Amino acid sequence: MTEAIFFIFSIVLIAAAFGVIASKNPVHAALYLVLSFFTGAVLWMLIKAEFLAVSLVVIYVGAVMVLFIFVVMMLDINFEELRKGFWQYVPVAGTVAAIMAVEMVMVLMHRAAAIDGAKLPDPAPGYNNAKVLGELIYTQYFLPFQLAAVILLVGMIAAIALTLRKRKNTKYINPAVQIKVKRDDRLRIVSVPVEARPSVEPPKADDGEQQA
Amino acid sequence: MLTLTHYLVLAAILFAISVFGIFMNRKNLIVLLMAIELMLLAVNINFIAFSQFLGDASGQIFVFFILTVAAAESAIGLAILVVLFRNLRSINVEDLDSLKG
Repeated sequence: MTEAIFFIFSIVLIAAAFGVIASKNPVHAALYLVLSFFTGAVLWMLIKAEFLAVSLVVIYVGAVMVLFIFVVMMLDINFEELRKGFWQYVPVAGTVAAIMAVEMVMVLMHRAAAIDGAKLPDPAPGYNNAKVLGELIYTQYFLPFQLAAVILLVGMIAAIALTLRKRKNTKYINPAVQIKVKRDDRLRIVSVPVEARPSVEPPKADDGEQQA
Repeated sequence: MLTLTHYLVLAAILFAISVFGIFMNRKNLIVLLMAIELMLLAVNINFIAFSQFLGDASGQIFVFFILTVAAAESAIGLAILVVLFRNLRSINVEDLDSLKG
């Protein structure tokens, strides 16, 4: 029964992987990648690695793939042009990939490897995957765990710093500058001397003062 | 019954498929990044299979760290891709020749 589930999901995984690399539309490729991560999570769950299966779904399907789809849809890319000469590399690529796969399968199946038929043991009753991992992370691997957090922080800062850009020609005004304004910055008091109106015939001597 | 070989062979095939994809999509940077993610999935399958086979949970901790680093890597990779597209209006790998390498 377990074997049947394994084979079904393996076939789905391999088909989805082919979909990722061969689909014309990158949005389809991203969705196939979601499918392959999901199937991978199911395969991990089959051998009782529940915590990582769930975190694979949360991290990859929930975060990384959304980022991929976002970027694919945001950029206006001519994908037809990128597909030119796609089948030109099939001989080389097929040869290399086939040799790699056959070599690895031969090594794994060989008697000398002594892993053929190595049964994956069932965990003891009461085995709690999340608890075991949590105990290891918070005791033995505590420093690497914090370093992983630092790596995520650096990744976040780098991604923001790379894509941030200053826009020109915007009518944006910094509110802090607006608040900091004093009366003296805006208002200029000019003392205007009283002067006589240059008229042709001034009727009185103090006419200019009355006008002001 | 599931054996270790099942998982190792599956991971080997997945890895070979992603190598195939990297050769085929030599122009499209986005699909190249996706093929790298598939490779990391294959490696993680190996790690988890060996961890359960040996009964040592440390292997799964390594998968945890690989997931973290891969998430940071793809975030920075996609940010570089966006900046590249803004400057070149293209993500073709063949256009990235300003270093004349």
